[in-house]
Amino acid sequence: MLVSIYRYNPEIDAKPIMQDIEVEIPEGKDLMVLDVLNLAKEKDPTIVYRRSCREGVCGSDGMNINGQNGLGCITPLSEAVKPGKKLVLRPLPGLPVIRDLVVDMSIFYKQFEKVKPWLMNDTPAPAIERLQSQEDRAKLDGLYECILCACCSTACPSFWWNPDKFIGPAGLLQAYRFLADTRDTAAVERLAGLDDPFSVFRCRGIMNCVSVCPKGLNPTRAIGHIRTMLVAEGT
Amino acid sequence: MTTMRNISFDAVIVGGGGAGMRAALQLAQSGFKTAVISKVFPTRSHTVSAQGGITCAIASDDPNDDWRWHMYDTVKGSDYIGDQDAIEYMCSEGPQAVFEMEHMGLPFSRTESGRIYQRPFGGQSKNYGKGGQAARTCAAADRTGHALLHTLYQGNLKNNTVFLSEWYATDLVKNQDGDVVGVVAICIESGETVFVKSKATVFATGGAGRIYASTTNALICTGDGAGMAMRAGYPMQDMEMWQFHPTGIYGAGTLVTEGCRGEGGYLINKDGERFMERYAPNVKDLAGRDVVARSMVLEMLEGRGCGDEGDHVMLKLDHLGEDVLNAKLPGILELSRTFAHVDPVKEPIPVVPTCHYMMGGIPTNVNGQALTQNRDGVEQPIPGLFAVGEAACVSVHGANRLGGNSLLDLIVFGRAAGKHIEQMLQQGLEQRQASDSDVEMAMSRLARMNESTSGESVPVLRKELQTIMQNYFGVFRKGEFMQEGIKKLEVLRQRIDNVHLTDKSNTFNTARIEALELENLFEVARATAISAEARPESRGAHARDDFRERDDENWLCHSLYFPEDKKVGKRAVNFSPKTVDTFEPSVRSY
Amino acid sequence: MVTNATSLSSSGVSDWLIQRFSAVILAVYTFVVLGAFIIKPDMDYNTWSTLFNSNPMRLFSLITIFALCGHAWIGLWTITTDYLNVHHVGGLATFSRLTVQALCALITVTYLFWGIQIFWGS
Repeated sequence: MLVSIYRYNPEIDAKPIMQDIEVEIPEGKDLMVLDVLNLAKEKDPTIVYRRSCREGVCGSDGMNINGQNGLGCITPLSEAVKPGKKLVLRPLPGLPVIRDLVVDMSIFYKQFEKVKPWLMNDTPAPAIERLQSQEDRAKLDGLYECILCACCSTACPSFWWNPDKFIGPAGLLQAYRFLADTRDTAAVERLAGLDDPFSVFRCRGIMNCVSVCPKGLNPTRAIGHIRTMLVAEGT
Repeated sequence: MTTMRNISFDAVIVGGGGAGMRAALQLAQSGFKTAVISKVFPTRSHTVSAQGGITCAIASDDPNDDWRWHMYDTVKGSDYIGDQDAIEYMCSEGPQAVFEMEHMGLPFSRTESGRIYQRPFGGQSKNYGKGGQAARTCAAADRTGHALLHTLYQGNLKNNTVFLSEWYATDLVKNQDGDVVGVVAICIESGETVFVKSKATVFATGGAGRIYASTTNALICTGDGAGMAMRAGYPMQDMEMWQFHPTGIYGAGTLVTEGCRGEGGYLINKDGERFMERYAPNVKDLAGRDVVARSMVLEMLEGRGCGDEGDHVMLKLDHLGEDVLNAKLPGILELSRTFAHVDPVKEPIPVVPTCHYMMGGIPTNVNGQALTQNRDGVEQPIPGLFAVGEAACVSVHGANRLGGNSLLDLIVFGRAAGKHIEQMLQQGLEQRQASDSDVEMAMSRLARMNESTSGESVPVLRKELQTIMQNYFGVFRKGEFMQEGIKKLEVLRQRIDNVHLTDKSNTFNTARIEALELENLFEVARATAISAEARPESRGAHARDDFRERDDENWLCHSLYFPEDKKVGKRAVNFSPKTVDTFEPSVRSY
Repeated sequence: MVTNATSLSSSGVSDWLIQRFSAVILAVYTFVVLGAFIIKPDMDYNTWSTLFNSNPMRLFSLITIFALCGHAWIGLWTITTDYLNVHHVGGLATFSRLTVQALCALITVTYLFWGIQIFWGS
């Protein structure tokens, strides 16, 4: 199978190129895209990408697969590319490329840190756990599962336009994860930090984040909830 | 060498998984200058893959639950070579450590009364084995590791821990007095090599499951801490003890949590028989992992395996119903659909025992201080070096770890090491000094690799290593096979010495990292092989065809592998808990 | 908190509310005008001018002009901060953005006064 990989090593290349590599796929097996990359790297050890858990929970290998952001390790070839067609792998769009498929994610992490992604509770902690009803805990489902792979934020035009000002879907999903947690007492402070024209309100409901999220999460809905809370808080 | 940049910290933690970040959190909270060196962004560490939960007697499911019952289970599970002082510490401190995680925001699942949800896991009992199955594993659905790791990362962000993310520690720096002074590390992005000095160096580098061909472990689990410790001449404990998890997805190796069986799933052979009823009549599928894994292999050897090759069995979940599966095991549904092409709501999942956990590691005391023996065999802490988590061997798991005890190990001993270092720093622990030649020594491996002009390729050698370990040191072991395996490893050693790094560039050179990892994998593999061959008995996860019985008379002890002369010695097991009576060894049946 | 000197209210919530609220006004105004044509299919200049010279309609028109200007400014300001920033036009960002914004402001204010003059002048 022909695999076309985005190649760029700043020490050698003046500009990036797409390199075609022929990879032998074992008969009758539906490999994951990451498996194919591993086979390619055996042929050419200079190909560079991130990977760790190889089961879709660590979020290392977010990349652009035939035009769609996703995790290499849980995207089967059958889903990524039509039979007989070329597999095209590029780095996540919108972030600076360090080398090949590895992008500089600092600005993405910075936006995540901006939402103060930790539980704040100024009441004294009990001797056991803080109690939380099953219904209240259920509010965190679809939020806490985020793996910070950046597939969503790097598929978001608003994040491409203002990566330094718009928090982006991943960060906002986490912002809402803490706003929705009944154990958190800092909602007012959190909302005050989001009440500017950029952090939240640059979301235009394009919903690319929803269509690419490898964990099936819905950042657009979470952003909607934040907006509602901001409006309620402001009026 | 003098041009190399130095940075210094009060404490440096190598490894950004659960144990490392828990230790870092403790130190950062008290205002010490703390750095975490992690070869991946911290939330990509392997803790993230833990599914089922944290086993701990928080008395939510059963208000009368007692940490001593948990201690009894753990001692029994360890096949009596777990250190009882350490197990006592873990089980009694556990609830506090778990509550702290909850207070930090870990999104545990809940019971109807709003407490933390606990599920049954293998090897759990009430009232010292006499009160039936316990449900003691605190869970956040089946994503507990993910929830734990992210919560810890968040806590560290809040407390301004310095993260050297995507930095790779290559070797320890040891001075002439034998003190550990820090590590040499590469910034992967720029390729710059830096001497990271610290008053206390903590190895939280995780396991090394990648020595086997079939493993549930992440690609990053390459035993880097163990490799560094062994190159520095420090001993390793119980390296023959490798846990094979009963339910790795057949063909893919990805883990399916023991929680599946805790929630009521069970294993069947090709005849549809629930075979664990024969091997463990009382607790059936919830026997210790070593027992279940061996039973599965026996089923396959006796021709009752599933599939054309008869090389796996099935995990049945469909009888639990879609609602239960969606609520309790959502991640398992995802993984099965992706990697086994099977929908557990309708059909069973093909599973096979898969390498999962390294019970052995760097020997430490309960404070996380790494231990060595001097020439006269007297035990002493290594100044400046600590180890926690899977990289360490405290030893709470002995010859077989119970499910859910690894996450507890991480947070309890990460916290304990953090607290101890905190105390030492408050008492004025000083930065020990190293000479240029000490640092150069630590750099020699890297230098050799960078100067290679021809030789063998890393992926080929790695594959061979994994095949040797899989074939000669798997679930069942035999003396003559193992001796053959050791010979093969020695041949491989020479080829690994001759490894060639074709890509010499500096920017994000993962080929260089993989070459360095290969040497660590090899060190761990050799320690495993030699220790396994040296223990002529069957105990816990170490099952020998040629010595089928447990030999308490000679081997109720830890093995201690000395890397310099490649010999195995013995170390006494601790049988002196502080507040409870000793649990005396007895026949281990489930 | 990200702030920007040229934004209308420097609060995302206010901007968002203004835009939604003004949109409603613009929609209602549109329906009223269309409705006038439906009720009076034989609309001529006299009817038209009587309608728009009535005080309620003059007031409604004034509100609508303000709504239109507010709505337009927020929209144009958003577009200029999306496209005319360092990520797209580099060092020219501030200069080009302020120029375009000034132009937009000028046009908006012009229309505002012109509108007021049409309805309320002499």
